Amino acid sequence: MIRILSTARTEFRIALRNRWVAIAMVLMAVFSLVLALAGSAPTGGLGVDRLSVTVASLTSLSVYLIPLLALLMSFDAIAGETERGTLPLLLAYPIARWEILTGKLFAHLAILALAVLLGHGLAAAVTFWSDPTAVNGLSALWRLSWSSVLLGATFLGAGYALSALSRRPSGAAGLAIGLWLGLVVLYDLALLSAIVADNGGWFTTDAFPVALLANPADAFRLFNLTASGATAAAAGVGGAADAIPLWQSLASVLLWPLAALALAIAAFRKVTP
Amino acid sequence: MISTLTISALTKRFGEVAALTGVSLTVAPGERVALLGHNGAGKSTLMKIILGLIPMTSGQVTICDAAPGSAAARRAAAYLPENAAFHPALTGLEMIRHYLTLRGESPSLAMPLLEKVGLAQAARRRIGTYSKGMRQRVGLAQALIGHPRLLVLDEPTSGLDPVSRREFYTLLDDLAAKGASILLSSHALTEVEARTDRIVILSKGQMVAEGSLPELRRRADLPVALHVTARNGYAPDIARALPNAILVDGALHLTCPQSKKLETLGRIAGLGDKVADLEVLPPSLEDLYAHFSQGTAQ
Repeated sequence: MIRILSTARTEFRIALRNRWVAIAMVLMAVFSLVLALAGSAPTGGLGVDRLSVTVASLTSLSVYLIPLLALLMSFDAIAGETERGTLPLLLAYPIARWEILTGKLFAHLAILALAVLLGHGLAAAVTFWSDPTAVNGLSALWRLSWSSVLLGATFLGAGYALSALSRRPSGAAGLAIGLWLGLVVLYDLALLSAIVADNGGWFTTDAFPVALLANPADAFRLFNLTASGATAAAAGVGGAADAIPLWQSLASVLLWPLAALALAIAAFRKVTP
Repeated sequence: MISTLTISALTKRFGEVAALTGVSLTVAPGERVALLGHNGAGKSTLMKIILGLIPMTSGQVTICDAAPGSAAARRAAAYLPENAAFHPALTGLEMIRHYLTLRGESPSLAMPLLEKVGLAQAARRRIGTYSKGMRQRVGLAQALIGHPRLLVLDEPTSGLDPVSRREFYTLLDDLAAKGASILLSSHALTEVEARTDRIVILSKGQMVAEGSLPELRRRADLPVALHVTARNGYAPDIARALPNAILVDGALHLTCPQSKKLETLGRIAGLGDKVADLEVLPPSLEDLYAHFSQGTAQ
């Protein structure tokens, strides 16, 4: 355990000096503030407090931003060590490969958690200032916060796996951006076009919910929208949230980080320095 | 005596290419063994197999009775890779504190270690600002952590100036005196000559020679060179007495087989006052190295 913590401390220090901590926090803070301010402009019509509306907007933001930040922090984790030539020495030390990865995960997850807390904290503060009834939305915001961190963990694990597979940081960066585009942007577009083409057939009723749960980003969005009952404020594939029980999207949100970490460890085991 | 490192019939192939073929070697506690060979002879590959970083094709390796790469073997062995590299954003002190923790030692030992390798002044600077020699010292400092039973050092003195090299070998002598086994590779043959107990020569992945320097000399049976300086005017006389000598800058150079060395010395001594000075040059490690590594090339 002490080896994992020392690795985490070292990685956190490196991220701090590479400005990743600052970048993550500024991005989350700016976007959250903009959404909170924009979300508090239109009033009343939805019959919910402003914070709940802001949470729906923040959910959409997190689906894009958290995976991107996680992949940007993680793509260098193993490929970078290989390229710098630091991996052989590290692997000669009495530390298991899963301990190295877990240490890195702790550090990167801490940075994401700090960024999320800062962003959501600012959003909450802004909303409270204009709408005292926003207290009702706090539980939704808290749910969004911890599930955002879990979403980050999933994509950090995926980033480590890509980093181990590609050996070179440039290749790993390409794969990471590809994964982000694929899972976060193109996946939903493909599903939507399939639904349109299917016109209410088998795909829409049976395959579509499974496809949503299989994608960690979609499962995250479903979970938050279903739990807060904010489907009215959602657009696109989020509109399907009513059709899928909460426990299923929750299970996907909880299981994906473990699966991604297992994948990363398996990929790292195959690396020969 | 139980050996720290035992390698028997080790073979490593990368696809069709044989990197190591049938290498057998043991290193006893307190023994310093130098691994010599051209670039690509298999030195680094052998070291990486010993450390469990890459798998072997066949053969057997044990480090203190443990398999390479096992937790016990990794605890027992310290490694200094060729061109040691570290994350440029960390300071030397932070890096060594981390390595100490990984080995289960107290991080507070970092400063004394850095002092030992002469890096105390730069300890709080980022490694990105270090010179190659300074990075090499960080590498040495981490290899000294704890009480490694086996040190595997790949080109440990590259990038170090002559004074630092001497300090480095003094550190190694201390460790060996305390029972650590040392396996190092080097291109600086003269320092290996003076500072190691045994020499192993690898050529194209095969072990072509192994033994102490005197043993290797005896086995190679390379000729001994003799330089005779004549007193003014006597050079022609001496040249007549030593028919196979050649005159170079007023001195007579001749070579003779090991077995004829004493006889030749006797003849030179017989020339009495005509000889001003006599130098006997045994074959150097360079000569031995060239001799043994050419053996397999043919």
